[in-house]
Amino acid sequence: MSRLSPLRAGVVYLLLAAGAAVFSLPFLWTVSTALKTPENVFRSPPQIVPLPVAWDNFAKAWTALPFPTYVANTLFITVVATTAQVLTGSLVAYGFARFRFRARTPLFYLLLSTMMLPSQVTMIPVFLIWRQARLIDTFWPLIVPAFFGGGAFNIFLLRQFFLTLPREMDEAALMDGAGYLRIWWSILMPLARPALIAVTLFAFLAHWDDFMGPLIYLNSPEKYTVSVGLRMFQDSFGTNLEQMMAASLIHIAPTILLFFLAQRYFVRGIALSGIGGR
Amino acid sequence: MLASLYLSFCKYDLHRLEWVGAENYRRLLTADPLFWRALQNTVVYVAISVPLGLAGSLAIAVLLNQNVRGQRLFRTLFYLPSLVPAVASSLLWLWVLNSENGLLNYGLSLAGLPHRLCPRWLEDPVWTLPAFVLMSLWGVGGARMVIFLAGLQGIPESYYEAAHIDGATSWQKFWFVTIPMLSSTIFFNLILGVIGSFQVFTSAYVMTSGGPGNASLFYVLYLFRNAFEYFKLGKASAMAWILFAVLLGFTMIQFRQAHRWVHYEGGDE
Repeated sequence: MSRLSPLRAGVVYLLLAAGAAVFSLPFLWTVSTALKTPENVFRSPPQIVPLPVAWDNFAKAWTALPFPTYVANTLFITVVATTAQVLTGSLVAYGFARFRFRARTPLFYLLLSTMMLPSQVTMIPVFLIWRQARLIDTFWPLIVPAFFGGGAFNIFLLRQFFLTLPREMDEAALMDGAGYLRIWWSILMPLARPALIAVTLFAFLAHWDDFMGPLIYLNSPEKYTVSVGLRMFQDSFGTNLEQMMAASLIHIAPTILLFFLAQRYFVRGIALSGIGGR
Repeated sequence: MLASLYLSFCKYDLHRLEWVGAENYRRLLTADPLFWRALQNTVVYVAISVPLGLAGSLAIAVLLNQNVRGQRLFRTLFYLPSLVPAVASSLLWLWVLNSENGLLNYGLSLAGLPHRLCPRWLEDPVWTLPAFVLMSLWGVGGARMVIFLAGLQGIPESYYEAAHIDGATSWQKFWFVTIPMLSSTIFFNLILGVIGSFQVFTSAYVMTSGGPGNASLFYVLYLFRNAFEYFKLGKASAMAWILFAVLLGFTMIQFRQAHRWVHYEGGDE
């Protein structure tokens, strides 16, 4: 793109800076509140820079509720479900990308159309099945669905990526006596690493974030995930706002950390998903 | 799915299952003011937040695509809110929107608005939906912006040069090159935006429980309550199917309209 004239560049930077400030402020405000002493939280006009800095809000929030248990529960569910989702999702995507079989195209469209289907339609029968199996208040309902392909969006994204990989490599491996699973695992998976990382990140975020699932299926407090636990925090800590903000930040931290560790995969993955819409 | 369809014609409270035909649908559509209230809230919310969000994200993406320095930093700043988990962002906004000590009303008062005129966001039914719209703009704007940015970077430079030689102004370039070339991305964001916004749940559940005075009773929240608080599973299934029908209808209308304005590169439809 051609260079901007100084005047236009100035306007562009001004607008961008204003926008970025608006987007960042709620977040900075939370950080600031999380570091305030209780008596400074409700001051009017609000205190902008928290002085004195109350670092112990984080420690208090961490111990006020069984937070370590929540984090352990959520990590367990998230890691198992994400792994299952990526493995089975990529297998299904391999099938769609490499094999000709009857009804492949209609099946693929059926899969895509499930993206339009609101999860609420299947939510109730699925709940009844788990209830029938007497597995309410266990982690099973939150983990097992991930073993069934892991959602249309991930399969679609991985299939698109597999299609860009040259088929000759599969054929060469087949000549050398590799089985289909071997081809999937040893050839396609390593090559699809960027797409796999993107899908892993999205799946991780979705499970870490999930609220309605744990809300429906988990009843005992010791099985809560962070998102449900945080909701309980809200009821029991109505006045200790600084601790609540600290707890929220603990919930947010892993997602931001992941983003900075894998920024370029994120951006590519999002871009890939958008181009998938073409 | 079939189980859900069957259930929607039944009365079921986890103990007794009874076939009632279309009774659930009939009652929802004719004798349940809360159903209509929830649908209305949701439609208004979607109708405001999606177009506003698309325009805003596109504007930011276009600005960022102007050969600016620090593009990565800006992109990150705009994108970070998309990473915030829904419960955390609800708690965060509950505090930002607090009418006495919240950040937003403090900002408004700095801008010269007297405190008594500041909106009482989540306590005043009139201001509740706008508050949810603001929150959604913040929450998903960045992700859409990244998709738009990727789309923008896919537009060949030569198109702009050609337009430039023909004497097009920046504005004309935007309307006659950028928008048509980006139309498939806009379409994608529109469809997903509507489907996603229609299912707004967590923020309403955590922040207002549907209040004040049902001003934030969204469709899925009402569905959830029928299913898991009142255990009217037949009614909730019927609601789910109505939601599906509404979304499907909307999506089909969009796809039918699409050929008028969506331009696919290298495709003849």
